[in-house]
Amino acid sequence: MANRIKIKKGLQIPLMGKTEEVLRGTVTSEYVKVCPEDFVGVTPKFAVRVDDRVKAGNALFYHKNRPEVLFASPVSGVVTAIERGEKRRILNFTVKADKEIEYEDFGKKEVASLSPEEVKKSILDAGIWWTIKQRPYDVVANPDKTPRDIFVTGFDTAPLAPSYDFILADQEADLQTGFDALAKLTQGKVYLSVSPDTTNKGLRYAKNVVITEFAGPHPAGNVGVHINKLAPVNNGEVVWTLNAINVSVIGRLFNKGIVDLTRIIALAGSEVKQTGYYKMLLGTELSSIFKNNVTEGISLRYISGNPLTGTKIDENGVLRAYDTQVTVIPEGDDVHEAFGWASMSPKRYSAGCTYLHLKKAYRLDARLLGGPRAIIVSNEYDKVFPMDIFPEQLIKSIIAFNIDKMEQLGIYEVAPEDFALCEFVDTSKLELQRIVRTGLNMLRKEME
Amino acid sequence: MSLRKYIDKIKPNFEEGGKLHWLYSTFDAFETFLYVPNTTSRSGVHIHDARDSKRTMILVIIALIPALLFGMYNVGLQHYAAIGQDVDFWTKFFYGLLAILPQIVVSYVVGLGIEFAMAQVKKEEVAEGFLVTGFLIPMIMPIDTPLWQIAVATAFAVIFAKEVFGGTGYNIFNVALIARAFLFFAYPSKMSGDKVWVRTADTFGMGAGNVIDGFSGATPLGQLATTDAKSFADFTFHGITGQPLSLGDMFFGFIPGSVGEVSTFAILIGALILIATGVGSWKTMLSVFLGGGVTVAILNALSVNAVMGMPVYYHFLLGGFAFGAVFMATDPVTSARTERGKWIYGFLIGMVAITIRVFNPGYPEGMMLAILLMNAFAPLIDFYVVDANIKHRMKRSLAAKTVKQ
Repeated sequence: MANRIKIKKGLQIPLMGKTEEVLRGTVTSEYVKVCPEDFVGVTPKFAVRVDDRVKAGNALFYHKNRPEVLFASPVSGVVTAIERGEKRRILNFTVKADKEIEYEDFGKKEVASLSPEEVKKSILDAGIWWTIKQRPYDVVANPDKTPRDIFVTGFDTAPLAPSYDFILADQEADLQTGFDALAKLTQGKVYLSVSPDTTNKGLRYAKNVVITEFAGPHPAGNVGVHINKLAPVNNGEVVWTLNAINVSVIGRLFNKGIVDLTRIIALAGSEVKQTGYYKMLLGTELSSIFKNNVTEGISLRYISGNPLTGTKIDENGVLRAYDTQVTVIPEGDDVHEAFGWASMSPKRYSAGCTYLHLKKAYRLDARLLGGPRAIIVSNEYDKVFPMDIFPEQLIKSIIAFNIDKMEQLGIYEVAPEDFALCEFVDTSKLELQRIVRTGLNMLRKEME
Repeated sequence: MSLRKYIDKIKPNFEEGGKLHWLYSTFDAFETFLYVPNTTSRSGVHIHDARDSKRTMILVIIALIPALLFGMYNVGLQHYAAIGQDVDFWTKFFYGLLAILPQIVVSYVVGLGIEFAMAQVKKEEVAEGFLVTGFLIPMIMPIDTPLWQIAVATAFAVIFAKEVFGGTGYNIFNVALIARAFLFFAYPSKMSGDKVWVRTADTFGMGAGNVIDGFSGATPLGQLATTDAKSFADFTFHGITGQPLSLGDMFFGFIPGSVGEVSTFAILIGALILIATGVGSWKTMLSVFLGGGVTVAILNALSVNAVMGMPVYYHFLLGGFAFGAVFMATDPVTSARTERGKWIYGFLIGMVAITIRVFNPGYPEGMMLAILLMNAFAPLIDFYVVDANIKHRMKRSLAAKTVKQ
């Protein structure tokens, strides 16, 4: 029986538009786009030029400071464009997909017989090293360092999050191979966290890992919370983190010898007419699943990811690298609500008690619902922040960029996503995730 | 939606380059007062909680309204008792309303005027903090405070206790209490003694009359501070016409005192609103009473005079103790911000308030000074609470390093 840790602080935001557990089909698109911005801490350098042909698994680009970290193309085809945005920032690599995907053959390998160096090299060469992130800084892991431990999340508690049980059905073999490979990469432990409701055999009965159950509201599924409760990151230590879906990608590499970035994703949100699961490659254009399937006549917000940490995309956007969910909610910029501060409307949702809770599920839009202020209300962040850290004090030390204080208050243990709920409940409407991201980036520049 | 259309029509005048741009913050304050801004999130979370600063402040004001309404009635009640006239409930209430309304107007006009101007200079939105402060100021002043004094005190407090620190959210001291303290030290004769707590003059010609013989406007705490009684058992509280005061009078607030503080009953309603909505911290409130209770228990045991012997319930019912505990100590900006800190902060406020009240008859009202004093210490309390977490992390870090070596 796995250990169970109960999380009390947190919040399950009752949103409308939960995903129905039905697989609605496989989605393909003419173009597949990989956005280097998804990979935090990476400066992209071209590995291909426009008009080059790539196979699935060939590198599109690599990390400027660590050329061994490659980024694989999910699909085979011809690179048709490298789109740039402001300040010549690379927006995406566009690949015109072949009808039939041609995979680069990396050769099937028996993990048990490989050395740690060989395991690492296999993952790096296949261009899927990015599936592993590290703390501190919450960036793509530095392969030169050996992690103290590796943390794998086997469930997701974010609002409208997909069920890993469903997504990872029938992937026991790949998961186990993935876990075995990870176990080679650390001298410490590989921790796998699951929900008390997890039934997936590949997760429940995984070997070579330490399984812990985390019960409670979001962020019980955040890896930051798991690390904090199981073995916090100390100054100078590095741990690696990844989710179970990417573990199966790594497992597939060893079992089949190919890079197969196909995943099942959930389409969710109050504005989706028919929710459900779709099978698709990372970088697939999403317009076909939105077409005739979302509310018409109002302005909408399309999100790759969940409503707390996802990336805003437009209706022609693509599935981003780390996401297993696509959410559509109302934008709300066409709404003028009179006297909101006095409103008794049952449509308004607040985590606290300043509004009555009359409904089971809410249709929330993307409005801030207030103006930015200095931090006024106290004990607001703490209520949704289950880590042994003072969130408000840490945020203030980041704003002041006081390195000593940041270290003392636990900056190395956190990632922006850990502050997502704080940002949601914040009366002062501050951009906490952006503050934490900026702080981590500046700190990393100072330290490395 | 015609109002919305009108706002959209005039909005360009206030934006950058418009001829009324110097009024942008004011325009924005009114627009966001009327309509929820439709700005959507650009980074981070895509959805937001419906609670904002306006909602928070408005709930504090709602919680203050019972105490204010009762205070208005009591001003009339005390006034007509002082001039020996028997009038009906509404006349008393209306008299009080007329007496207090100008004070609220002055406090809001002066304070909000400064806030709007500062927001414009700093190119920020107008913060809502003063909505509560402006409401509190008339409620903690003696009813006979001249309007010009309220104006001066408000301006002083807003500028020197708040804006110089950066505005709402950055101030160290409770702004309303600074206004009160300013007057207390600048014009002591108008802020204490037994002449200021009952309005004896007419208000806009209403309630004119002569004060009856035997009138004494001293507050119950004022009476206790000047009594010759050897022990509390020999002492009785008197109303303004010499009638003995019952505990019920004190609980419901038929006693002279500042407008907001007299009715413990109305304050309790406010406390319930604050606690139920989660806007005020029950920990702070409870710990103030605990701190006060413990101190009174010690003093009772060592009692050598009437004040030291006063039982704890009188302490809680009289003066500004309850009002301070519920509405002043819980100000999140100037209070301790950590949960453990709030227990310590509140407890010490209770202790200091009772100590000042009992040992310094010059200031029978210790609550104001106690809260201001603890405002100054709140960051220190937080520092030690947070430091415990830091030490624990550093220790863990060190232990991990030694294991490695």
